[in-house]
Amino acid sequence: MKNYLPETASQTAGPYVHIGLAPHAAGFDIFEHNFSEVLTQPETRGERITVEGCVYDGSGTPVRDVLIEVWQANAAGRYQHPADQQQDKPLDPAFRGWGRTCSDFDSGIWRFETIKPGSVTGRDGRPMAPHLNLWIVARGINIGLNTRLYFADEQAANARDPVLNLIEWEKRRNTLLAHREQRGSETVYRFDIVLQGENETVFFDV
Amino acid sequence: MKNDWPARELVHRDYRHHPPALAPLYKTSILRSPRNALISLQNSLSEITAPVFTRQELGPRDSDLILNYAKDGLPIGERIIVHGYVRDAFGQPVRNALVEVWQANAGGRYRHKKDQYLAPIDPNFGGCGRMLTDDNGYYCFRTIKPGPYPWRNQVSDWRPAHIHFSLSGEAFAQRLITQMYFEGDPLVGRCPILQSVGSEEAVRTLIAELDTHSAIPLDCLAYRFDLVLRGHRATWFENRTQGAAS
Repeated sequence: MKNYLPETASQTAGPYVHIGLAPHAAGFDIFEHNFSEVLTQPETRGERITVEGCVYDGSGTPVRDVLIEVWQANAAGRYQHPADQQQDKPLDPAFRGWGRTCSDFDSGIWRFETIKPGSVTGRDGRPMAPHLNLWIVARGINIGLNTRLYFADEQAANARDPVLNLIEWEKRRNTLLAHREQRGSETVYRFDIVLQGENETVFFDV
Repeated sequence: MKNDWPARELVHRDYRHHPPALAPLYKTSILRSPRNALISLQNSLSEITAPVFTRQELGPRDSDLILNYAKDGLPIGERIIVHGYVRDAFGQPVRNALVEVWQANAGGRYRHKKDQYLAPIDPNFGGCGRMLTDDNGYYCFRTIKPGPYPWRNQVSDWRPAHIHFSLSGEAFAQRLITQMYFEGDPLVGRCPILQSVGSEEAVRTLIAELDTHSAIPLDCLAYRFDLVLRGHRATWFENRTQGAAS
């Protein structure tokens, strides 16, 4: 294939990924503006949710040096990006739809504060169930892993989702479901990610 | 940005140019690699869109690692410029891509609470920077050349000198993290992380070339490092998404 440049090869983010992408977590302050795990502003439209979980390796041990990014649509189901031309769904100027989080060095727990996204139209014109796109990097991961978080309480939408239905092994679809719990006034969706072994999370080549 | 931005798919990722998830000589990959095959998706809006970053979010010294953490003097080490172009697979510039970099100091020590290597911290060096590519896909930053450092893999493994790069382009499916190495470093051929990359051709794409033409006389040397992200195919979605521009 002439005149076609190969993509630059991926390399692991390594154990010190925080220095570049989340310097506070590495233990120092350098930038005026820092990217964070909070996607909401006071004016953001939509239902506030916390998404929380842990990443486990093939031995069942928490991965304590993971970095995760989320990319999601707004409450109406539209992405804050010019390629999203779903004119029937309003943009939300107070919602970019992107965030970055790190697991805690002791517990391995990571979290995002965000809103529950609306349904986005899929490539076949049918609606996709509400979902978050997650991208996971860490020491030992040679190329970032893509997965999707779906909401277990969206049963009807999930049953029709074109991506979930691509997964031939029905039992594996469950690895993409986050489960809702209420902690006082906080709505939390728990989403654990298993890199390897029993109940291994589904990862996508996107 | 224009309103008629087309909803275009990306060319598929060619995994032969990337390291496999499981690369046993890099020991940590053994328990952190999926055993199941990845499930391949055709792109939807979820993959062809991505966050848009603005210059207002970055500070004036974010791309100058020589000065952005200097407290009472300059950091110690070899002063260098690192620069190049971010393009897609068809050679088109990737504009407004967020480029983030991080690295060790001249002695191979990271400013990170988990790094216990006995080489000292440099009080005037932080080790991270970030910038957006311009309309030609060009980026440029100034730093100190990092030193090699030992790590617990095989007992005497040393990483070659390297700078970590993170790129956020126009599509979430272009998201990439990689490492840049320096031309002529003899540790490059012995590194289990770099050597996990499938082909010699792909390994070469990670090695920056000394660029004396861009050096600043009596001030700093320069290295040239170009990056390639996945490209957008010329065709649109077969079935346009609801409400898509015609």
